[in-house]
Amino acid sequence: MPEDFAPGPAPTRFGSNSGQPMTRRDGVAKVTGAAAFAADARPEGLLHAVVATSTVARGRVGVLDVAAALAHPGVLDVMTPTNRPALAADPDDKPHRFSFRFEALQDDRVRYAGQPIALVTAETPEAAAEGARLLAPRYEAEAPRLGFEGGVAYAPETVGIGSPPQFSRGDVEAGLATAARRIEAHYETPAQYHNAMEPHAVVAQWDGDRLILDLPHQAPVLGRAMFAAFFGAPPENVLIRTPFIGGGFGSKALVTGAHVLAVLAARKLGRPVKLALRRDQMFGPVGHRGATRQTLRLGIDAQGRLTALEHRSDGMTSSFDEFVEPAANASKNLYAAPAIAVSHGGVRADIGTPMAMRAPGEASGSAALECAVDEAALAAGLDPLAFRLLNYAETDPASGLPFSSKALRACYADGAGRFGWAGRPLEPRRMRDAQGRLLGWGIGTAQFPATMFAAQARATIRADGGAALEIAGVDMGQGAWTALAQIAADGVGLDAGRIELRSGSSDLPDGGIAGGSGHTATAGSALHAAGGDALAKLFEIAAADPASPLFGADNAGFVARDGRLRRRDDDSRSESYGEILARAGLSEVVGSGAASRPPSVAEACAMFAHGAVFAEVAVDPDLCQIRVTRMVGAFAAGRIVNPLLARSQLEGGMIWGLSFALHEEAEHDRVSGRVINADLAGYHVPSHADIPALDVLLVDEADAQVNPLGVKGVGELGITGAAGAIANAIWHATGVRARRFPIRIEALMG
Amino acid sequence: MRKFEYLRPTSVEEAVAAASRPGAAYLAGGTNLLDLMKTGAAGPELLVDVTRLPGLDAIEPLTDGGLRVGAMVRNADVARDAAMRRNFPMVVEALLSGASGQLRNMATVGGNLLQRTRCAWFQTPEAACGRRDPGAGCDARDQAGRSHAVLGWSERCVAANPSDFCVPLAALDAQVEIAGPGGRRDVALRELHRLPGDTPHVETALAPGELIVALRLPGAGAGFGRFSRYLKVRERTSYAFALVSAAAALRVEGGAILEARLALGGVAARPWRAVEAEAALIGAAPDAGAFRAAAEAALEAARPSGDNAFKIELARRTAARALALAAAGAPERMPALPASPFADIGAPAHA
Repeated sequence: MPEDFAPGPAPTRFGSNSGQPMTRRDGVAKVTGAAAFAADARPEGLLHAVVATSTVARGRVGVLDVAAALAHPGVLDVMTPTNRPALAADPDDKPHRFSFRFEALQDDRVRYAGQPIALVTAETPEAAAEGARLLAPRYEAEAPRLGFEGGVAYAPETVGIGSPPQFSRGDVEAGLATAARRIEAHYETPAQYHNAMEPHAVVAQWDGDRLILDLPHQAPVLGRAMFAAFFGAPPENVLIRTPFIGGGFGSKALVTGAHVLAVLAARKLGRPVKLALRRDQMFGPVGHRGATRQTLRLGIDAQGRLTALEHRSDGMTSSFDEFVEPAANASKNLYAAPAIAVSHGGVRADIGTPMAMRAPGEASGSAALECAVDEAALAAGLDPLAFRLLNYAETDPASGLPFSSKALRACYADGAGRFGWAGRPLEPRRMRDAQGRLLGWGIGTAQFPATMFAAQARATIRADGGAALEIAGVDMGQGAWTALAQIAADGVGLDAGRIELRSGSSDLPDGGIAGGSGHTATAGSALHAAGGDALAKLFEIAAADPASPLFGADNAGFVARDGRLRRRDDDSRSESYGEILARAGLSEVVGSGAASRPPSVAEACAMFAHGAVFAEVAVDPDLCQIRVTRMVGAFAAGRIVNPLLARSQLEGGMIWGLSFALHEEAEHDRVSGRVINADLAGYHVPSHADIPALDVLLVDEADAQVNPLGVKGVGELGITGAAGAIANAIWHATGVRARRFPIRIEALMG
Repeated sequence: MRKFEYLRPTSVEEAVAAASRPGAAYLAGGTNLLDLMKTGAAGPELLVDVTRLPGLDAIEPLTDGGLRVGAMVRNADVARDAAMRRNFPMVVEALLSGASGQLRNMATVGGNLLQRTRCAWFQTPEAACGRRDPGAGCDARDQAGRSHAVLGWSERCVAANPSDFCVPLAALDAQVEIAGPGGRRDVALRELHRLPGDTPHVETALAPGELIVALRLPGAGAGFGRFSRYLKVRERTSYAFALVSAAAALRVEGGAILEARLALGGVAARPWRAVEAEAALIGAAPDAGAFRAAAEAALEAARPSGDNAFKIELARRTAARALALAAAGAPERMPALPASPFADIGAPAHA
């Protein structure tokens, strides 16, 4: 949160800060427009850049009418591969696993439709846009390789970001051979694109050899190093300011070509440059959820117990880089099959490289797995919930390790109770509403890893009794400024209203990445530790001071509460932070903290958040239009720092699951390869009218292993399980098993 | 951005004179044209803003019991009009099922009648589109085609008219009043939009400079009253164009259909009036068999223009359902989800 941000009055509450449903500290700033996002920056002398993008999917840029663009009033510069200033690093190099190739005019090659092919910088955004249009590119186009049929299959060395493409435990073929029943089913998921409300934007300015970027970024310190590498600068010379992000979802964690070109233009022209992608430019160069084709084979014994689970996923990726949706991994850790095999294949096509998109792998994989599990339950003649309970994994099926905690049984029970699952007919097409519409109920299990990254933080307790907590954290809309402040306040024994959280800037201690649902756990743990360190230093001062009521309390220890240190064994002996510092003649005491998961812990247990999602759909029996009428999700994700924000995250996830099940799909022109619905009129996400009453239950779960705070993370959990629950409800309503997402009217028309 | 001229004339005559120039376009609510200008699919050299022209913003009763609606009346105001709600409920239902509250506050009657196709290839300047660029061919052919036509299309163009509003208007024999360089004339709404044939770029019956000044809903249509319904089928409940829609009106006496109207949306380059279906209904009992037979007749000439054969059967079912809804009559209060198959699912009535 920016320094000049004034938090509103703290809500009335009792006890500690964490666990309270505090409203967003930045809520008023956001609804009044006071919160400045990257593209709101208007430094003196600002220029505007527009990136021209390719309209063909494969080939070379032949001719660009640079003269026409330059002749347009207001246009100052046209950057093309022939005049693009040198970069200190090659955008096609992959020095580490977070490096992904991008296009910054390194050559005239076109690798996908929507790729940057030139940058036009002008005095106004209108002039830049017209300059880009006037380039009127002509291409030496080649026939693009499109879709699973037109693409080139290959065996990826890694899937996702550096994960192994294969895993197996036990003998799947033997498990299938001995099974009483076998189920084999194929599922397809489409390309989906991150469409944050805030399209990618940057305002780049050079101050001598210092580079200042106003840039929405999910990992500012990592991003700083990445930008520094391309401009031959030491990382400390690059400053990324990312006080507010209008949604990230995984698409704002990397360097993109348009950003790099804007920085080059700023340096070349000696003036600040702003570049904001248009909505249609979000469909290609900033990642997406790659399409998959998945095959599941399940064996069950006569009682309905799994004897084998095999999950194969083939994922689309680009012709020039690696990111294959790790979808099959969704089957590794959830159901107690004695034999599990997951594998991935890749298919290269002339598209932009896919990237992590909210629950990468888990979302697509869970959609297929949860459908397949329902198909197995049907084969076993069991209720889908009973089948899941019968195959409940007491230990991690992949590793055999115990779970650090797993309250999934309670999720099933609480969710089923709230939904009213009992009495659900086994057969489809047995329920109707008063108007004769088909009703169906479905379930899906949610699971997501309880991630921890590494982070550092700093805590400064001031003589006025308040404190400043610092970390390069990220609020991309999930509510980090509030949840992290709650944890930080607890860490320094203060009310959240008395602390200042400085965050969202790369010159602060590294808060890691806001991704993988691990930000609250990681940054929160570092902040909490920093607070503890500052308090320990303060206590040392007090304990050594004969004038302090805490003198000599070294062995007794202390607790911090309400801005006072208290003897652990005698609550009546206490002193305020301000008094301790004043007597010592200090203006402040500074502590530092770090967080990461020790390898010994990571190797000792499996760590996941879980949930159970229940959905009801109504389907018009003739018109086949589908409406989700109810959803209940019960989730166990360790300690809930802020139930209000956690519910919002889980609701958002469930809504995305609904979107996955029924709406989202990027459509490609079958000849040119262009995404033809590259706007929010054509690329559908649910409207408000599509969202039913959502009931989110937070199931208690204590976990001493995941991290000192016991926090697991809720950012991505809600999307898993939800898509499968809806697909299963549609089957239950109609008897039609739709295996291609999104499920549309024609799939049910018979 | 591309430069263009902007004029705000003060009389219809002045507007018509200005817009008769090549490269001119009328600007009303701008909810469609401005988007096309931003993407580059439209590039008028002159915008003639007609929103301030006097006398085009009233809804007036006609002596035959019909209504005359000025071309600059906002869609939201049409939907709110008491006489419209009483006499032509399916028009209101169609309007409220389209766009969003904000867009309906901007969009005008005249502009909506001339809404361009939402065919993605038309909207994308780099795609070949003979509707946008005469003689350019059609990149939209043989695609998935969920939004494309199944009736009346040609090899030159498979685009569908996206309007909800026009569908009940076609069923109601609405007339369009036009002012032009040669004076005033009327065109039946059913004749306003052209099928593509070999000249998809000739989208309407309007000559250069001609301006829609009013829409007339004849009193004959008011006789259907609440036995007229609009039904819109799509995946998303709101803010999505129709995959298929249907407007149906019935007059039933003594257990037999005396008069029927049926028009389909989302299936052709014009709102598709199904006269064969209407004829098939006359004298029949208003039952499922008759409605299905009428729907079969309505889609008799349909053929897929891509992977959209399902739309043909969906259109039949939609037509049959709309007829059944018309026979049952519209509810007293407009439902919260107008024209939706889920209109009656436990939600509050429309404000």
